[in-house]
Amino acid sequence: MNAILTVANKEFHDGLRNRWVMSISLIFALLATGLAYFGAAASGQAGFTNLSTTLVSLASLAVFVIPLIALMLAYDGVVGEDESGTLLLLMTYPLSRWQLLLGKMMGHWMIMAFSTIIGFGLSAIIMGSFSENTSWSELLIPYTFFITFAILLGWIFIAIATMISASVAEKSKAAGLALIVWFIFVFMFDLSLLGLLVGTEGNVNAELFPYLLLLNPTDVFRLIIISFFAEQQLTGLMAVAQHAQFSTLSLILSMLAWFIAPVLGAIALFNKRKL
Amino acid sequence: MNIVELQQVGKHYQGVEALNSIDLSLQQGEVLGLFGHNGAGKTTTIKLILGLIKPTAGQVRVFGEDPTGDNAYQLRRQLGFLQENVSFYQQMTGREVLRYFAKLKGCDKKQVSDLLEEVGLDHAAMRRVKTYSKGMRQRLGLAQALLGQPKLLLLDEPTVGLDPIATQDFYHGIAKLKAQGSTIILCSHVLAGVEKYIDRALILGQGHLLAEGSLATLTEKTDLPVTFSLQGSNLQLPIDLQANSSAINGGYKVQVSQQQKMATLQQLLAISSLENIDIHMPSLEDIYTHYMNDVQHGEHA
Repeated sequence: MNAILTVANKEFHDGLRNRWVMSISLIFALLATGLAYFGAAASGQAGFTNLSTTLVSLASLAVFVIPLIALMLAYDGVVGEDESGTLLLLMTYPLSRWQLLLGKMMGHWMIMAFSTIIGFGLSAIIMGSFSENTSWSELLIPYTFFITFAILLGWIFIAIATMISASVAEKSKAAGLALIVWFIFVFMFDLSLLGLLVGTEGNVNAELFPYLLLLNPTDVFRLIIISFFAEQQLTGLMAVAQHAQFSTLSLILSMLAWFIAPVLGAIALFNKRKL
Repeated sequence: MNIVELQQVGKHYQGVEALNSIDLSLQQGEVLGLFGHNGAGKTTTIKLILGLIKPTAGQVRVFGEDPTGDNAYQLRRQLGFLQENVSFYQQMTGREVLRYFAKLKGCDKKQVSDLLEEVGLDHAAMRRVKTYSKGMRQRLGLAQALLGQPKLLLLDEPTVGLDPIATQDFYHGIAKLKAQGSTIILCSHVLAGVEKYIDRALILGQGHLLAEGSLATLTEKTDLPVTFSLQGSNLQLPIDLQANSSAINGGYKVQVSQQQKMATLQQLLAISSLENIDIHMPSLEDIYTHYMNDVQHGEHA
């Protein structure tokens, strides 16, 4: 356990040193505050308006940004150490492979959690201080809920990035694969589902089709946020899920499954890696 | 108990033979030089001893145990390893790097300062590794290998990139560690200067053990000649030496077997017009070249 924490601690400090923590926090704070303030611009007014509208739109923006940041943060975790020669060295220390990998992931998870709390938390404070029609108590629970699942979404993609990193031999390959993964989950997947709907003129199994959304962690994240703010009008692909009526619990469970699977996958791949 | 014991060890990767029936036993306090061309199997041997890979034939024992077995965790606390070209963490300072490795090895923090001083990096301890020269990185690597006072040290190309003075310093360090009772495996293809500091040499070629033994044994075994270079005008060589000589710039070169060295030297000193004499004893480099030539001839045959 000690070794895992040592590695995690080092990774987290690297994140502070490289300004990763600062940059991510700043991006999240700007994004959230900007959206909260200008979100209602389309309806002719600027300023802090409806909280649930803000958080639901923030969720659809977050699914682009969070996976990208997480993948960039962690794609070279293993392959980078291999290229600099320190991986071989670390393996001669009293430290097993899974401990090293888990330590690395934990360090990255800490960076992500810390930045998400600071970034979105900051925007909550700004909103609470300047908005006249939202009180502090109204903000607390929705923001905590949102931040918790934003962190989990980041952790999922860190685990996926680590899986990529553990399975390739070159840094450039890891970067390319990470980009492809991002593209698939953020664009391709939803587009394909929409394409399927349009192509079959909606003639798909209405029972089964919504479950396809569970195959994409970014969609699960958006469904969780939407299900929390249930009064929201569902638009786009998310409307499909109305038929299925996923319970919030089942959505949370499928998100947890999305978290555990790549963690185990990364450890399995790293154990097979040749030194 | 032998510190390191290899018995008929072989390793092949997907049909490529990296090592073939290697035997080796290393006692406490010995310094072994591991030599060979690129791809001869030096690094594979080191990795086997470190327990990073498993042999496909034979068995490896370190401190009497399997280095890939259940007890590997404990064994590794007593091992020190410095590999070729490790660049460490560029953004961290020398002290931070060493602290990290010390924590992982479960050593006392106090060792970090002591070791930095020992390798002469105390003045640069607070600087980022990014700013270090090649030699400084190598010294940081050595400090890392010495964490926890390991009983067995494996050094892979430790002097690559070091200037002659730094190389000398490095070998002095090795001699000191040996005096303290450490067992050391030194792996290199830079041969000059190593002789004095190793007890035994093991020469590998294409995964096979070509020769193993002390320098004296190897010199005797290879029976390489002693070479005298003679300088002088109108040198008249004794008749019995003429067959073994060849003309060089401003004199002669005479080669005789090691047993005849003293007799020949007396003969040569008696030559009246002799102005200068240079004696070259077979060195580690000559022994190495001799075995390497054998391998190459073997290939052509």
